[in-house]
Amino acid sequence: MFLQQLVNGLTLGSVYALIALGYSMVYGILELINFAHGEIYMLGAYLGIIFFAFFTAAGLTAYNLPLALMLTFMLSVLFCAAYGFTIEKIAYKPLRKAPRLSPLISAIGMSIFLQNYVMLTQGATDKVFPHLFGAAGLEFLSVRMTYLQITIIVVSIVLMIALRVFIRKTRMGKAMRAVAQDKVMASLVGINIDTVISLTFVIGSGLAAVAGLMVAMYYGLVNYSIGYIAGIKAFTAAVLGGIGSIRGAMFGGILLGLVESFGSSYLSSEYKDAYAFILLIIVLLVKPGGLFGKAELEKV
Amino acid sequence: MADLISQGTSLKERFLRTANPLIIALWLSLLFFPFKGWKAALVSFAVFSCIFISAKYISGLSKKILVLAGSMRHRIEASGLCSCRSKKILQYVLLVGILILPFMLRDYFIDVAVLVGIYMILALGLNVVVGFAGLLNLGFVAFYAIGAYTYALLNIHAGIGFWPALPLAVGLSAAAGFLLAVPALRLRGDYLAIVTLGFGEITRLILNNWDSLTRGPNGLSGIEPPSILSVSFGTLTHYYYLVLVFVLITFFVTRRVYASRIGRAWVAIREDEIAASVMGIHTTMYKLYAFAFGAFWAGLAGAVFAGKMQFISPESFTFMESVLILCMVILGGIGSIAGVIIGSVILVLLPEILREVQLYRMLLLGAGLVLLMVFRPQGLFGGKGVSLRS
Repeated sequence: MFLQQLVNGLTLGSVYALIALGYSMVYGILELINFAHGEIYMLGAYLGIIFFAFFTAAGLTAYNLPLALMLTFMLSVLFCAAYGFTIEKIAYKPLRKAPRLSPLISAIGMSIFLQNYVMLTQGATDKVFPHLFGAAGLEFLSVRMTYLQITIIVVSIVLMIALRVFIRKTRMGKAMRAVAQDKVMASLVGINIDTVISLTFVIGSGLAAVAGLMVAMYYGLVNYSIGYIAGIKAFTAAVLGGIGSIRGAMFGGILLGLVESFGSSYLSSEYKDAYAFILLIIVLLVKPGGLFGKAELEKV
Repeated sequence: MADLISQGTSLKERFLRTANPLIIALWLSLLFFPFKGWKAALVSFAVFSCIFISAKYISGLSKKILVLAGSMRHRIEASGLCSCRSKKILQYVLLVGILILPFMLRDYFIDVAVLVGIYMILALGLNVVVGFAGLLNLGFVAFYAIGAYTYALLNIHAGIGFWPALPLAVGLSAAAGFLLAVPALRLRGDYLAIVTLGFGEITRLILNNWDSLTRGPNGLSGIEPPSILSVSFGTLTHYYYLVLVFVLITFFVTRRVYASRIGRAWVAIREDEIAASVMGIHTTMYKLYAFAFGAFWAGLAGAVFAGKMQFISPESFTFMESVLILCMVILGGIGSIAGVIIGSVILVLLPEILREVQLYRMLLLGAGLVLLMVFRPQGLFGGKGVSLRS
């Protein structure tokens, strides 16, 4: 029971972590709660279903399933990245110098818009992702771990490591860190801030798309409203770990997944969604900067 | 040679300038493609390119129109048509209009007017927290729910009437506001927003799952409408006047408080917290007051809402509701009381007007919010730049 919940929690947590990374990166650079990020995750799930259905209709799925899945992943990541890029250009870029509340409201507006956009074009009912993997999996110590769960955890970890390497080692990653630290100084040393911000949105949206697609495969059902609650939880995860910190987002996501999975099995599953917030409030009270966050300096 | 090069770049620039709207339209319709297919993408491409190309020419024109409108306004102001006296007359006409409104309208419109009133109380309350004190509260609907449920439960289980229950409902939500604020105020800015959002969600989840007390998603029905002596406010016209009285009370009290020492302290905190604390303002205490005072009005609106609907369920207290109230505060102009009132009128009436295109109204609301923020972040009627740091 305990180990089983651990596995479930890890699966859920790695998905939260993937979404939380996007939040954290955007917040680190723009200091903006990107409310539309959860919607990108939802778009990823929907695009996955749409493209997969397209490939099934084209006969590619029957002919070569892994290829079809790969193409589905690539296309939805591509489209979600494009959506993220566009959202930044439309809703956030004009507001870069506005008071803090304006981009937040604009983000909420964007989130409402995208939700209803998907609802109108795809219908309000649940969409089904075909069952591909079945219940087959590994079993040891009476713990079942389906192949899908293993895939989700492995893919998430690989992506997180890749992101970390990208941010630590590459030129663009260094530019991102510089912009996060001080936008004005970064622009003075010749970094194109707009490019960096766009790239942040593209990477974050791509990660969210992967998360959305994997969740669609895991649960098999997708609804236009899943983005809101997942987004809020991912943001909670990001805050838990100390927002703006990549490492924090990963640990926060996994911690949140574990808390949720243990909470719903040992306490009550009805309040599943509330654990995230209770945990958040407790952590913020004890450590206002989050688990890995630095103490916030007041800028006068 | 140099001439040629410069001409070349200018040609390229000219190409980009004319092609840009088309490229943007192509990009947007490409994004649209997976959800609706080729045909819709083509249609949207045509529509987008028309809009962008025409917008390009109109933008120059609109500047001219704005300048013209500005000079017209100056001329009108100079002519004395908008003098203090005519403003007073306008106010009286408005007041009389509001008073005799129920006799001129059908029941449906009175119903909408009552709803407008309830949202006005809510928006004026949230305006205290967001507009005056500059604290972003995304879980405001929780206090509304607490007020509504307190009255409903007291009425159903203990048979307590509206008037005795009202102080309890209002007091309980003010207390809840205080309790939330105590831990939340150690946090700043966006952290505060997210914790209040969490509080709203937790409240909704409790209402939804505590079946033995709140009957969960089924909601509570059979709540008595308020009554004075033997006159029950069952009819809409009576209810209209009741809500009107409450709105006026909210309006005058929040206005007076805004002008008082406490209100000035809130504004000081909103504009610069550090400077305010240096000036000797106990910032934590005043923020607590703001939260509790805002929650107070939400509780009032909740009790009135429960009495009017005679049925409440957690469905009425979702995050979207919080967002809607926040939009009312922002639409008219943050921190301006008149703006908040106009904002709530617009945002309640708009969905009723848009009933024909019911499906699209949330879509339009979302797009409208983005456009409003991009083109007029200070709200429709807000003139002064209010710097919100939170």
